[in-house]
Amino acid sequence: MIQLEKVSKTFGAGAGEIHAVKDVSLNIDAGEIFGIIGFSGAGKSTLVRCINLLERPTAGKVLIDGVDLMGLPEAQLREERRKIGMIFQHFNLLRSRTVYQNIAFPLRKSKLSKTEKHEKILSLLELVGLSDKTDAYPSQLSGGQKQRVAIARALANDPKVLLCDEATSALDPQTTKSILNLLKKVNNELGITIVLITHEMAVVKDICDRVAIMELGYVVEEGETADVFSHPKEKLTRDFMDTASNINKIYELLEEKHELTQIKNGEKLVLLTYSGGNAGEPLISYLAQKYQVQANIIFGNVDILKDKPIGKLVVILSGEAENMEKALQYIQARNVEMEVIRG
Amino acid sequence: MSFLYNIAPHLQSLQGELLKCMKQTFQMLFISGTIAFFFGLILGVLLIVTKKHGLMQNPIVYKFLDKAIDIIRSIPFIILMVLLIPVSRAIVGTGSGVTGSYVALIGGTVPFFARQIEAVLSDVDYGLIEASEAMGFGPWEIIFSVYLKESIPGITRVTMITFVSLIGITAIAGAIGAGGLGDFGIRYGHQMGYRDMIWITVAIILLIITVFQGIGNIIIRKTTH
Repeated sequence: MIQLEKVSKTFGAGAGEIHAVKDVSLNIDAGEIFGIIGFSGAGKSTLVRCINLLERPTAGKVLIDGVDLMGLPEAQLREERRKIGMIFQHFNLLRSRTVYQNIAFPLRKSKLSKTEKHEKILSLLELVGLSDKTDAYPSQLSGGQKQRVAIARALANDPKVLLCDEATSALDPQTTKSILNLLKKVNNELGITIVLITHEMAVVKDICDRVAIMELGYVVEEGETADVFSHPKEKLTRDFMDTASNINKIYELLEEKHELTQIKNGEKLVLLTYSGGNAGEPLISYLAQKYQVQANIIFGNVDILKDKPIGKLVVILSGEAENMEKALQYIQARNVEMEVIRG
Repeated sequence: MSFLYNIAPHLQSLQGELLKCMKQTFQMLFISGTIAFFFGLILGVLLIVTKKHGLMQNPIVYKFLDKAIDIIRSIPFIILMVLLIPVSRAIVGTGSGVTGSYVALIGGTVPFFARQIEAVLSDVDYGLIEASEAMGFGPWEIIFSVYLKESIPGITRVTMITFVSLIGITAIAGAIGAGGLGDFGIRYGHQMGYRDMIWITVAIILLIITVFQGIGNIIIRKTTH
């Protein structure tokens, strides 16, 4: 659906050159929700703008449905852009127009008849749940409502793709949830491919099928959301994962030599990470039954990544040396990632 | 009416002249105001779109306009008027009278107005421009449907400011031969020493400004949401 081939974007020239996006290649499939996550300054805003050529890449190719956007003349590019909806962090609604007129705005060039346009707008208003706000002006709406209008407006021309540029970053957590649910609905019911960029782990965790992690203009890691975050290869990925859980608290506790982390001879302090299907299995009780190894849980955390659970447990294992050895082997055989923190 | 004659004793004999001068002022305001409004608007838009990162970025055009506006604005109006006499002769055939004042009035108003329009338009959130581009709109549609439409309150505000300054320069133009209320005030109020005629002139000008601002305020109120 969307193919980026070795896309780079450089601003300025000479000494003041800024390489915002470097050599990024991505394949985004039709119908998926693809997340691009990175801290601010990672180049994700520029990258998402390269998809509809709001920023023209300095190198590389942008193909949408096989059409090479960069090869198109202006007029045709505008035609293509109509098939790519976009929403923004600050909504970008026209203040002088009502909700209805804002949604009607992109329909100006549409070939639909007047009544068809009218019905289209009403059905979009219903989709985003704002049928009662037809004649309100943006200044009379809350942030969440404004983003709903922006989504309706972005969908007016029946796009194949919806680009979301930090669409929830200006919203509170609860509103973020409701907007994400709306995006999920748009993806499910209308089959629209969604590309969203964000710095919030919660967003990716909730709705993204696949995710790319960006740092300093590069995509450093990419894959199925649950895979990427359950087996992070890059430190940055782990950092993001940590922002969404309290598990790295253990390292703080270790640092301050908290009594929870004190172990006796022969004991081991381990971090267990298990994902997907095996998350639900009664590992701990198994260890006790089979190997007489006691697992003292210090703390734990379960994240749901796109419907797949990822569990993390920090435990102190104690038992006889021989049994401990077997238990550890058993854990590894069960495809549970284990990090011995101490002992 | 007799009340007016009481407080302004010279009005009775001068009312014909006063009406003629009012007509001249209205003529100057209407014709040069309308033309200056459009030229100023066009120039202001040109400044915005040719600016760095503008819709039709063009450094040469921008630099030229920017400098030209600064230069013309720094010439005092009374000198600009004399400077533009040959231009006026070439365009409207005369450099004096009401007709001869148009070129100077427009020349004195447009740069001032264009700068203010530029300031108003640069207040339009860049995000709106970006969103419109993402929707597939071209530069012209964005200029009319976003820049100008979104800026109606701001444009109205600076039009009112410019209108007041235009009234000011019509009075100067009047003093050197274009007629109008400025000329009337100088001739009768100053040279003849009729204080009541100065007051009448001031009252009429205030009335014009008040009506104009009243209309402007209604437009602003109706278009600000």
